[in-house]
Amino acid sequence: MSEDILTVGPAPRHPQPSGTGPLLDVRDLQVTFARRGQRPVYAVDEVSFDIRPGEHVGLVGESGSGKSVTSLAIMRLLPKRGVRAAGEVLLDGEDLLRAPESRLRNLRGREIAMIFQDPMTSLNPVVTIGVQITEILRRHRDLDKGEARDRAVELLDKVGIPDGRRRLKEYPHQLSGGMRQRALIAMALACEPRLLIADEPTTALDVTIQAQILELLKELVADTGTALIMITHDLGVIAGLCDKVHVMYSGRVVESAGRRPLFADPRHPYTGGLLASVPRLDSPRGKPLEPIPGSPTDTIPWSEGCAFAPRCANRVEECTGTTPRLDDAGDRLLRCFNPLTPAGEDRVTAR
Amino acid sequence: MTVFVPSDLDSGPGANPSPDVDEAPGTSLWKGAWHRLRRNPVAILGAVLVLAFVLVAILAPLLAPYAPAATQWADEVTPSGVPGPSDEHLLGLDRYGSDLFTQLIYGARQSLIVGVISTGIGLSAGAVLGVLAGGLGGKVDLVVMRLVDIMLSIPSLLLAVSVAAVLGQNRYAVMIAIGAAQVPIFARLLRGSMLSQARSDYVLAASALGLRRRTIVMGHVLPNSMGPTIVQATLNLATAIIEVAALSYLGLGESDPAVAEWGRMLVAAQDRFSGSPQLALWPGFAIAVTALGFTLLGEALREALDPKQRR
Amino acid sequence: MLRFALRRLALMVPVLVGLSILLFLWLRALPGDPARSLLGERATPQGIEQINELYGFDRPLYEQYFIFVGRLLQGDFGESIQTGQSVVASFFDRFPATIELALAALLFAVLLGVPLGYLAAKRQGGFVDTAVVTGSLLGIVTPVFFLAILLKLVFADWLDWFPTSLRADARMDATHITNFYILDGLITREWDAAWDAILHLALPALALGTIPLAIIVRITRASVSEVLHEDFVRTAESKGLQQTTISRRHVLRNALLPVVTTIGLQTGLLFSGAVLTETVFSFNGVGQFLFEAIGSLDYPVLQGYILFIALLYALINLTVDISYGVIDPRVRT
Repeated sequence: MSEDILTVGPAPRHPQPSGTGPLLDVRDLQVTFARRGQRPVYAVDEVSFDIRPGEHVGLVGESGSGKSVTSLAIMRLLPKRGVRAAGEVLLDGEDLLRAPESRLRNLRGREIAMIFQDPMTSLNPVVTIGVQITEILRRHRDLDKGEARDRAVELLDKVGIPDGRRRLKEYPHQLSGGMRQRALIAMALACEPRLLIADEPTTALDVTIQAQILELLKELVADTGTALIMITHDLGVIAGLCDKVHVMYSGRVVESAGRRPLFADPRHPYTGGLLASVPRLDSPRGKPLEPIPGSPTDTIPWSEGCAFAPRCANRVEECTGTTPRLDDAGDRLLRCFNPLTPAGEDRVTAR
Repeated sequence: MTVFVPSDLDSGPGANPSPDVDEAPGTSLWKGAWHRLRRNPVAILGAVLVLAFVLVAILAPLLAPYAPAATQWADEVTPSGVPGPSDEHLLGLDRYGSDLFTQLIYGARQSLIVGVISTGIGLSAGAVLGVLAGGLGGKVDLVVMRLVDIMLSIPSLLLAVSVAAVLGQNRYAVMIAIGAAQVPIFARLLRGSMLSQARSDYVLAASALGLRRRTIVMGHVLPNSMGPTIVQATLNLATAIIEVAALSYLGLGESDPAVAEWGRMLVAAQDRFSGSPQLALWPGFAIAVTALGFTLLGEALREALDPKQRR
Repeated sequence: MLRFALRRLALMVPVLVGLSILLFLWLRALPGDPARSLLGERATPQGIEQINELYGFDRPLYEQYFIFVGRLLQGDFGESIQTGQSVVASFFDRFPATIELALAALLFAVLLGVPLGYLAAKRQGGFVDTAVVTGSLLGIVTPVFFLAILLKLVFADWLDWFPTSLRADARMDATHITNFYILDGLITREWDAAWDAILHLALPALALGTIPLAIIVRITRASVSEVLHEDFVRTAESKGLQQTTISRRHVLRNALLPVVTTIGLQTGLLFSGAVLTETVFSFNGVGQFLFEAIGSLDYPVLQGYILFIALLYALINLTVDISYGVIDPRVRT
């Protein structure tokens, strides 16, 4: 049965790298949603980043920033109708956007895996946990039923679900939220992929469980040397986990930096706002919370200026007329005309 | 012969997860629905068919070339053939010597009357039962639901047949019979609506404000149930029209030969079929097309009123 | 699992009791004397007196009800006014015919309907989808007896591809053991008899099965297209599973739940449709006899058949309920 082909834009002119290089190289990724008779929406635009084997990268942003769409685009899991992806997504030099569907099917689960936000709805309610784990093992590895089940029990143990043999026969609704997410992590790591994408894996969980799951993830990827893309809106999650951070706003990357520079010295007003809005235990009582004013819908298209301008305290005149470019600012990439003053240094204007 | 499709199953195409760019802020459910209906070609087709049907039924005396019971051409009908279309008779004659076109038009009137009244009966009785069951709960709910289960335990056509058998061979019997068959559907629908809304926040808020239960039900819950009820009524009209014909076919229903009715026309047309198929084809298509109109309209309404707005 | 089944069974009981009460009252509500209703035109004063004795029509109402139920449980549903035969016997005589017809129609509807609905859902907006949606809409609004008449006219009378009526050729001297004509032919190895029965079954089954087909297509399509957008299907895709695995284990197993429920509802349609279809094709089953009973006001038959059909309907819905529990583990708790 032929499938609708995800329309992909023309191949850009960048040369393919050879030899050692990043594990995943995303170049100028652009994802457009277009419904009949309406303006196309650029959910993701000009997004480029790479990730080396074993590296942990964070994608941060509010809802609507395009971070989830980016990850779905990498795995080619976006819906086929009304969606257009352009740019390059190179896994070991191979462009995933242009590879045939059958090739993607071989890669998914085996080389790249993904865990999603809501463990409640991400599991098939009428099939046992055991089958949902063994099916991925038997698909990518040549195991028979018994071997697959044994390995599944091992995996459940690794993710902290005791009494694995019994659990295999249980259904998703018989497990708690935290356990379901652990099971999903087990499925994702079953075939030891080289890249794991985690899309807000703890957002739907209780706060107490969140920390556990994050710890688990950290351990497991360190153990197996798996590269990790962590997608979240919560900077706290990033702080403990990621080496490099890319902050996204309205579909584009606005700041890219290593963990230390970003947290110690945020330059983009949005990043600063995100950091400032996190309530801290050690802040004085009575100190008001500092949310970022406005909402993600108070935005102008990037083509007309800076999308963050309507909400930005550092706004200057050119912000509403010219589109800022993502430029090298020394220890980071920055897309801003009037960034935050670095502590104790002169103002740096990115142009 | 209910063709009831459970109303909680979305019949339209699945959701497109792309962002909804055209959502007009602050549009009420009905205005939004009207907006969507206007742009939906299927809805327009359904509405046109329904409108045509209703107009033909109401304006029958003006549209029909002859009086409804006129059989003065009976001698033109021979055992071997029934006269086809001619200058005086647009569609020819039927086997009793009446003008086929006239019969068809007046048949629409009969179908409309019986269809609307029977659905009305089903709707009212069913709504009362459903609201009582959902609103009062407890024992009332149990009893009413068992009653509904019993009514649903017999196929609706047979239910209609039993009721008609008791009430005899007249048009009121048919209306009540078909109406009775629809009662359980509406009862279930409204009960379900009541129950699901009982837990909703706005009902909790209203009762926290001290509003009496009756006020909440009448003023708030019922208006919110209107949407699905109208959809169901429209779809049931389609079924009712078919069932009227089916009951006629079985010999129950309007016994007065002077009243034209599509189902009876089909019965009468049967043994003349080989030679004059048009006698059956015309009323048959009339039934199908009318039912189609109501079904298209009902389905389009359901999609338009769906707050999830899947397209 | 067993408890679930037993609970469902227990729910059936009050419904059947309620139904028997209604039917009992129904007989008394008919115009005229209940004894006369039971005897019809052959009523004689002695006959009436006998019936009154037998059924206790002169006793208080609740006593009558118990006599009525007592007779029912003994299998005495009275005798047909038309034929004089016991109602129970006449039912079982004709029942195999209707079962053959209903099964054939249902098989046709399911085997064609589910794949069509699935294809339409996967290729939404495409040509297949539009054709399927249009076709199923037309199928739903066409009255079953009209379709039966059309099919008979075109394929039997004009084209002569199929026989026009009855279950078998009058000249065929087939042996009948179970009264399921096709089965009989196969058991006795009278292949021509079996084939003949199939030919006679074809058009009625097609007519009867069209509305269920249309409904199954629509529900499958709606259900599949909903499931296709569920998160767990995305999870399955992210695992890199083969398309067939995803379709089978993840999409269909969830999407078919409402379809199974519908099949229970369909049986009601099949019974009432059988009445009409059998009449058009003179197919000698329960439906046709019911039609004749309506015409001749054969009340014992009407009462008995409706009770039978309700019982069957309840049993089938019970089976559907239980199988729902088998497919969807969440229901069992």
